[in-house]
This record gives sequence, C-alpha cells and structure tokens, in this order.
Amino acid sequence: MPDTPPVNILDHPTLKVVRDAFPGKRLRATEFRGQSTLIVEPADLHEVLAFLRNDPRCGYNFLSDVAGIDYLNYPAATIGRFAVVYNLACHARDDRFFVKVFLNPSLPTDGNADDPALCVDSACDLWPGAEWPEREVFDMFGIRFRNHPDLRRVLLWEDYPAHPLRKDYPLRGRGEREQYRVVDRASQ
Amino acid sequence: MGIEAALTAEGFATLQLRRVVNWARRSSLWPVPFATACCGIELMGTACSRYDLARFGAEVMRFSPRQADLLIVAGRIAVKMMPVLQRIYEQMSEPKWVISMGACASTGGVFDTYACVQGCDQFIPVDVYVPGCPPRPEQLIEGVMAIQRIVDNDGIPPMGPDGRRIPLGLVVEPTHVVRPQPVGITVGR
Repeated sequence: MPDTPPVNILDHPTLKVVRDAFPGKRLRATEFRGQSTLIVEPADLHEVLAFLRNDPRCGYNFLSDVAGIDYLNYPAATIGRFAVVYNLACHARDDRFFVKVFLNPSLPTDGNADDPALCVDSACDLWPGAEWPEREVFDMFGIRFRNHPDLRRVLLWEDYPAHPLRKDYPLRGRGEREQYRVVDRASQ
Repeated sequence: MGIEAALTAEGFATLQLRRVVNWARRSSLWPVPFATACCGIELMGTACSRYDLARFGAEVMRFSPRQADLLIVAGRIAVKMMPVLQRIYEQMSEPKWVISMGACASTGGVFDTYACVQGCDQFIPVDVYVPGCPPRPEQLIEGVMAIQRIVDNDGIPPMGPDGRRIPLGLVVEPTHVVRPQPVGITVGR
C-alpha cells in the first residue's frame, strides 16, 4: 500500500466515453475517494444525462438522488454559488457516477423570487424518479427545473416566503414559526 | 374504583351529583394520542401492560377527537402540522384537557429551526406539561393524575375574567432517580 494515496485520478471509464461523445462541450471532472464527478454547463445538462442513461457503455439506468448545494462562504473557490448534483447508478456494472452543474443567481437570494439564472432542465423525462428529489431541491434552494411535470414545494407549505437551505437564510427563520393563528379555550 | 366500599348493605349511597360527575370524568379520561415523534413510543409503552394506563381509567385511546377528552401532544410539531393539531383540538368536545408531553411539544426541544413550533402552548391551551426527552411512563401517568386530581377536587377549573377557561398550566416535576440496571450489561467483549 503506498504511503500517500494518489489524488484526483480521473480514470473513470465513463469520463472518457463522455469526452469522446461531446467533443465541443465544456466538461470538467473531479474525483474524491473513488467517486468521479462530471461538471457540465447548465445548458448541456439534459443532453449529457440522456447520453449517460441511453448509451450502452454508460447505462446509468437508475437515478439515486438529486441534491442541491449552496456554496456560500465555502472555504475553497467554486465555479458558482449553487450546484445541483445528479447521483446516477448503473445496476449492471454496480457503478456510481455524479453529474454536477453550477449556477449563479442573478437576483437577491433572500426571498423566493423566480430567478431565471437558477434554472436547469428537469430529468423527469429520463428517470421518472427525479420528480420528488427535484421538487425538494426547488423547495429548499429555489432552483427551478424546466419541463418538470409538477414543480411544487414538497416539504414546506405553499406560501413559505423563502428557500431555507440557502446559507444566507437564518436557521431559526424569519418568524415563520411564530406567525400562526392561536386557538383559545372556547368559553363555556 | 372503590365505590363498593362506600355502599351500604342495602346497596344505596347518597352523594352529591357534582361529585359523581367529577368521579366519572376523572375515572374515564379518554386520550387522543397526537404522537408525532419518539414520545409516541413512550406513550404506547405507557398504555401497554407493564405500566398499564388502564389502572387510571385512561386506556381507551381514541383516534377520533370527538370521542376523546384528553389531548396528549407527544412529539415535535412542525408549523405545517399546526393546522391539524388545532383542528383536532377544536373537534374535541368540552370538557377537554391537553397534556404537552416531552421537551419538543413543550418548548421545541433541540429542534430550534425555522419549521418547528417552539412549544405547542403558543397556539393551543395546555393544561399539564410533562418534562423529559422522552418522559418515562411514570411521569406521563403523573401528568394524567395531575389532571385527575384537579377534576376530582374542583370539577372543571374556573374561568378567567374574560369568561374563558384558564389552562391549568401545571408542570410535572421530574421524578426519575437514576438506578443501576437490574441485570449487568456487557458492552463489547
């Protein structure tokens, strides 16, 4: 066993397949503890995901999860403020692969404004199971998904005034938990 | 419930109607369990045979609030859950009492976040607060008995100056004494 483990070996076979299939696209990749991540531009996301699902050399038939990330105050430099990560799995090869897009907001992030910059294509037409995870990412981060069949909040209530997993949102909220009707004892 | 001892040989007893009503009310508190978290498990343990809430006449867990007169709020309440809790409370018919069971229902507990109600007494009246995380069944029984004592002695508690009933606002003291396990536990080897 070597003393220092080698870092950032971008030897995942899918990376080469994708690079050859999309010669003109801007693709980046990282690796951490054996898990490879492909970073694509937001406009290319749906095309790349469709390729990863349909190409027999990739064959990622299962979408494990869709996660949102807010990189505000992240110690290292990042490409964008927000990220959406698609966690793909291939049952035939027992293989896992991550696809990530970075997004930068164009509007202030303290409300629930419809920001056109925080928008990516939905993967619901590729994996129907993407519906609820994408709704959760929308609920918590305010990232909208184009062509999503039913993009409503999934955990918080409908008229919640913010997206609470954004890092600039206070943990205790802005009074949402206090503003509610009080039921008193009915007089007898 | 011991009424046989008060009966004469002829089988008659004379007593005030108010006391009979109070006796009947406190001996048949029917709880509606609003169990949203781990306190609900302890609530089930309280109702089961080891602690046997039936000894206090409160064993009939009613999942219809219209047939219950004791609301046991067991667990954390998300803001999204508040309308449900309030509707269940409003559906119960008077007289009704509310036990806030555990740290989360009483204060929000460790869930000091944007979506968690910091104490259900902010939005519904609470009669008895039972501390603990979760409370032991003895403590919950103590909370039920606190309501029973009030009902038995005073009947329905008095109203405030505005004509509305005042919540009792009792807090059950923590009674648990740490004792060694009856059987030694082996951790690891």
